[in-house]
Amino acid sequence: MAEDTDVEVTPGSTTATVGRVQRLPLRQLIQIGLAILIVTFVAIGSYKTLTLPSGEGYDPSTWKAFVISGVAQGGIYALIAIGYTLVYGVLRMINFAHGEVFMMGCFVSFFFADAYASSGFLNRHPYPALAVVFVIAMLTSCLIAMLLERVAYRPLRNAPRLVPLITAIGASLFLQNTAYGFFGPQTRAYPVPDVLSGDKTWTILGITMQRIQVVVIMTAILAVIGLTLFIARTRTGKSIRAVAEDREIASLMGIDVDRTIMVTFALGGLLAGIAGVQFGLTFGQVNFHIGFAVGIAAFTASVLGGIGSIAGAALGGLVLGLLQSVGPPLLFTGFNIPAPFQLQDVITFSVLVLVLIFRPGGILGSGEAEKV
Amino acid sequence: MRHRRWLTPLVLLGAFAMIAAACSNSSSAAGGSTSGGAAVDCNAAPGCVTIAAGAPIQIGTLLSVSGDNADLGTDSLYGVELAIDHLDGTFDGTPGQIDGHAVQLQQEDDTCSAEGGQAGATKLAANPDIVAVIGTSCSGAALGVADKILGDKGIVLLSPSNTNPALTAQGTHNPYYFRTAHNDLIQGAVVSDFAIKHLHAKTAATIHDESPYTEGLTTAFANAFQQAGGQVVDAEVIDSSQQSYTPVLTKIGQKSPDLLYGPDYTAECALILKQGHQVAGLANTTFMGSDGCFASNFIKLAGSAINGAYYSAPNLSAFQQKDFYNNEFIPAYKQQFGTAPISAFHAHAYDALNLLAAAIDKAAVKNADGSLTIARNALRDAVQGTTDLQGIVTTYTCTSLGDCATAVTIGVYAAPNLAIEGSTGNGQPIFSETKTLAQATGSG
Repeated sequence: MAEDTDVEVTPGSTTATVGRVQRLPLRQLIQIGLAILIVTFVAIGSYKTLTLPSGEGYDPSTWKAFVISGVAQGGIYALIAIGYTLVYGVLRMINFAHGEVFMMGCFVSFFFADAYASSGFLNRHPYPALAVVFVIAMLTSCLIAMLLERVAYRPLRNAPRLVPLITAIGASLFLQNTAYGFFGPQTRAYPVPDVLSGDKTWTILGITMQRIQVVVIMTAILAVIGLTLFIARTRTGKSIRAVAEDREIASLMGIDVDRTIMVTFALGGLLAGIAGVQFGLTFGQVNFHIGFAVGIAAFTASVLGGIGSIAGAALGGLVLGLLQSVGPPLLFTGFNIPAPFQLQDVITFSVLVLVLIFRPGGILGSGEAEKV
Repeated sequence: MRHRRWLTPLVLLGAFAMIAAACSNSSSAAGGSTSGGAAVDCNAAPGCVTIAAGAPIQIGTLLSVSGDNADLGTDSLYGVELAIDHLDGTFDGTPGQIDGHAVQLQQEDDTCSAEGGQAGATKLAANPDIVAVIGTSCSGAALGVADKILGDKGIVLLSPSNTNPALTAQGTHNPYYFRTAHNDLIQGAVVSDFAIKHLHAKTAATIHDESPYTEGLTTAFANAFQQAGGQVVDAEVIDSSQQSYTPVLTKIGQKSPDLLYGPDYTAECALILKQGHQVAGLANTTFMGSDGCFASNFIKLAGSAINGAYYSAPNLSAFQQKDFYNNEFIPAYKQQFGTAPISAFHAHAYDALNLLAAAIDKAAVKNADGSLTIARNALRDAVQGTTDLQGIVTTYTCTSLGDCATAVTIGVYAAPNLAIEGSTGNGQPIFSETKTLAQATGSG
């Protein structure tokens, strides 16, 4: 998609046929018009909201709460979005089953967490118990991501691009129904140890946050830093970059392409597993279809940030989380629109469309070659 | 995908079944018009169902038996099965009969959604031998979907748990739709009374997820509360595919209402409670929900956040036939399904089948050859003509707009003392009020 738009816009201004010249300004005019319209709407909406009399508007502590919950939600999105972005960077393929990889990690770790909770181990020794739960979730997600690659994608690696996309959707349905079949349809209560329960807070830099929110945000930051270092500094990271750049040349240089791609999936799976446990601890629930909605949101985040870029995925997750929590009250309260949060998706996807119109590669996704 | 191996035989079987059904139907319809022609006019739309001698009466169920709200529909299905068992007067595991015919259920799933209601109703409507349907579990599956699809075929749809007011409101009511569940105008009015008389609440906020059940109930409550002099300071809408309601609850917290009424389904109820307790502005707010929250895992899902919350639901201890319910129905339920009731509408479902059985008995014409001819219109009229029918829950008299429970006792339960499995306490409500439909519509 990104390539198409570039090709049409840039040569059009230099090599001008009559048709091109007439079409281009119109397109740009529409873009500019759209931009002005939206900027005006956002500006007026925000201004009206922020200047509401004190009884009707929001006080600073409320804004702070909106931002914190948005950032924490964004952290979970970011961890999953990185999985989408890694695979896209290397294979130019959207792994639509990644949301289910996340769900499986969450669900399998639930059984361990639940057993620890009923034996009392979770509350008596929360840190080792949580460590085990995290490791289990990471291993599960990692294993499923690798199996997916081996079974569903590798045989189709040289097939047309549409084919693995369809398999990905099939794999997603398969995993969802597997979870349904094995674990049943009910929503399960994910046990949360007392040390991380919702009423326990930490104060960092003068901001009081729930502990679980701090954990989510810190993990997301660490994961991005760690992954960036891994890809920039290690030998495996170098081979991932090489395969992303050109698979054939990389294999001619002696890089084991199959192994490298497997590692990429494994990395995405590890992070999805972490996100799975954090989701469980944040919301206290798990069921077989959580992967769908969260997966779509994380995919949106990765496109928003620039698919193929790790920092982009993290930024996209953050932006998406913030848009969902801060956007509705900021834009709509001023216009006196009732129940603004039902328009959450309108904001999210409007922003996505706009980013794709004005920056087709996403917020950070400018350089095509240096992705990953 | 996993079922690919089974696809071919299934398709063949389906094709065969359709041909067989088509054949049997045309022959039985012809038979019906000759023998029972004097009493029943089967030419007028929507026609008749003829049940051959020895053949079962087929009744459809369209209940939410999978997914998040499986407990709600499964519980109702258990009620229906117990009613069929008790048609012969005892809970002995041997199904009873209506007019000498066994009852056979065709079970479909409404998945608690409009899509599920559409798919299930279409399947049931395609079976020409379906006499009537018990369902749906969720208002959203019925409103404008299942009630229309089945109504167009002249099939009576009788719901044990739909409570949305629009289903039985002038203009949106389908003439073939009835329910034994209470109209939420009544529940909304009782909740409002509870808020004002018991909690002394002056301000309230509501939250719903756009599904007809939650929207109907919050609207009914908000109207009744405002009529009674209360102030609704915020009315919010959530998207139930999301899990993070903290921003919405933070916005509500800005107004610090005395009461937050968030009737929803189980998973969302738990999320609202848990996240709401972490919002500073809601520290002095009382949380209230409704019977849609009730499922066997609700108390576990909500955890300690459930303490201090209130839930409105049909008052089980005010049931008309309380002794029968406690001494015969509940033991039979436990014995046959191995659990205490898992949701709130099993008794309504039990009553629904009995109401239907009485109406079938009234409308059916017994032919000399032992077959039964039921004119669809006559069955509809018989259901609507139900007067003073004794049920477990209440005495049913159906109105022309489809409400059969016209006087309802709603209780308010103080969590965790709820009338479901896993609760602590005696399962008795702390507040209970009986209202008639006329009172509720008059005040709302």
